[in-house]
Amino acid sequence: MKKLCFAKNITLALAAALPLCGCLKSPYHVTQIPNGGALTGTNDFAGTTPAISTDDSANASKLPLSDPNLTGGIPAANNADYDTWNADKSALAAYTVHFDYDSSTVKATEESKLAAVAEAMKGATPIAVRIEGNCDERGTEEYNRSLGDRRANALREKLVAMGLDAKKLLTVSYGEDKPVDHGHNEAAYAKNRRGDFVLLTPPSPGQLSKLENKQ
Amino acid sequence: MIRPRVFLILLVAACSLVQPSRAAEPEVNIEKNLTKGPGQEKPILVSLSGFTGEALQVLESDLYVQGFLATNADAAQYLFTGKNNGNLEGRVTDKYSKDIKLSKAYSGASIRRQTHAFVDDFVQTLGRKPICQTRIAFKMDTGPSSEIYISDFDGHNEKEVTRDKNLVASPDWVSGKFALYYTSYVPGNPSIFFHDLGSGSRKAFARYGGSNISPAVSPDGSHVAMILSKDGWTDLYVEKSDGSDLRRLTKSREDESSPCWSPDGQWICFAAKINERRSLCKVPAAGGQVQRIVTTGVINPTEPDWSPDNKWIVFTSQTRGFDICVVPSAGGEAVPLVSGEDPSWAPNSRTVIFAKRQNGRRVLSLLDVPTKQNKDVSRFSGSNSQSQPSWAK
Repeated sequence: MKKLCFAKNITLALAAALPLCGCLKSPYHVTQIPNGGALTGTNDFAGTTPAISTDDSANASKLPLSDPNLTGGIPAANNADYDTWNADKSALAAYTVHFDYDSSTVKATEESKLAAVAEAMKGATPIAVRIEGNCDERGTEEYNRSLGDRRANALREKLVAMGLDAKKLLTVSYGEDKPVDHGHNEAAYAKNRRGDFVLLTPPSPGQLSKLENKQ
Repeated sequence: MIRPRVFLILLVAACSLVQPSRAAEPEVNIEKNLTKGPGQEKPILVSLSGFTGEALQVLESDLYVQGFLATNADAAQYLFTGKNNGNLEGRVTDKYSKDIKLSKAYSGASIRRQTHAFVDDFVQTLGRKPICQTRIAFKMDTGPSSEIYISDFDGHNEKEVTRDKNLVASPDWVSGKFALYYTSYVPGNPSIFFHDLGSGSRKAFARYGGSNISPAVSPDGSHVAMILSKDGWTDLYVEKSDGSDLRRLTKSREDESSPCWSPDGQWICFAAKINERRSLCKVPAAGGQVQRIVTTGVINPTEPDWSPDNKWIVFTSQTRGFDICVVPSAGGEAVPLVSGEDPSWAPNSRTVIFAKRQNGRRVLSLLDVPTKQNKDVSRFSGSNSQSQPSWAK
């Protein structure tokens, strides 16, 4: 009887320790729903062993993705610095820039809109602009989030080249999450591939004191 | 007398558990009947008798998305018999070898849960990893806003993780933990959060200027790969999960997207655009030379996910629509399987979950890669979309 109990205790102790061993040694785990049975098993794949690609030519050439000599890229403004600022979406709505499919190139026909944004920023003080990059739905979600980011930054680079302060030009990418037209056709897609400009103004002294009281 | 035997059995069990599932070298597993490529295998036939109602439904569905197909007892290899009066009792016999693979009675939890456990026990007798009691995380899009949800792998028992009425994106499970990384727009610009699902607490992980998107946590949880534009370009970065040691891995005017990790944690695979052509690439997680992963036969690859057994990369290819494809992890001939996007591997390295466009919205769907058996699992009606699934491993 005593022996049996002892054996049982060892079983329990080891059973408790086993999942821990798994956690420490194995890079992959099964996340269990609480109250589940212990999940074990060996590594398997019911498929063929993949053939190794013979095409190494693409790997041999240097890809232009990690070239340390590449320069450019203007450090992003700190979005958090503008958390308390007021956003006016309509002020610059007329200057929304549109893009070609799968492109972040600012077309020559759109440059006049950028000039108008630059002009608006030079006039008033102090203001900032949030550039919002958007895409149509013809792309996978995270691909579009990156593309929207690239679009916002392409517009920002142009505005900086026109003499605006990079620190006052924020960027946001919404990918395909904020379409202006929910249609599934080219007319809708053309409207959705865009960069919007949102005017940011500092909080009034009244607003600021309210915010400070909150903290 | 008992002690040594108990020890021996447990030792064997322990050895099989700690056997590293990382594959430093390609493993060559030649199995009978399994010599065909992805999407080309015939399902293993099973028969189900004695089960009714929810238990029968769950049994059929769980088996289907792992490459089994229910048919009559004459044609089947594995005969499932049992009953589910309150609790589930089940037995599986291999008709060819006459072996009883499994005979077990279940109690506790729900009948659905008991059935999942039964199927898990069965696939383990075949040396496979169980998946029926695992969970997924996904993005639920209601139109004006989106939230992160988790559910069982088959879409049941869904729970809201966020309730911000803002935008979220790309949840990623921390391997072996009840925790997620995801993108949230609550701070204004997209920022990456770590969310402990046990305690419900979350903290900002990356909130640099510009975009902080597409988090992918390393298999050991120690690092997070992500896309940042803090330096003005949309590039790939990696940072320790304690928030230190940020490293830039790519530098290009074009945009990189959707990183994932090799199971040994040595490589980060991502989608890139090189000379106006999109392709999959990989870069050492410690930094270094970027290499292309060839996807012969398909174009515009994005959203890669590297299989836990190291053999395959599943990804989305875009032509007119979107297709789920697999390619050997070293690159090579790509195989298109079904229409869909943003696939995520199950722990068994054969089932994937992905999003499918349907009537102007996205729904989640399960695919057994070897047999191409495919079943939609979204249980949400109306116009809400579910997308960007991440399978807990």
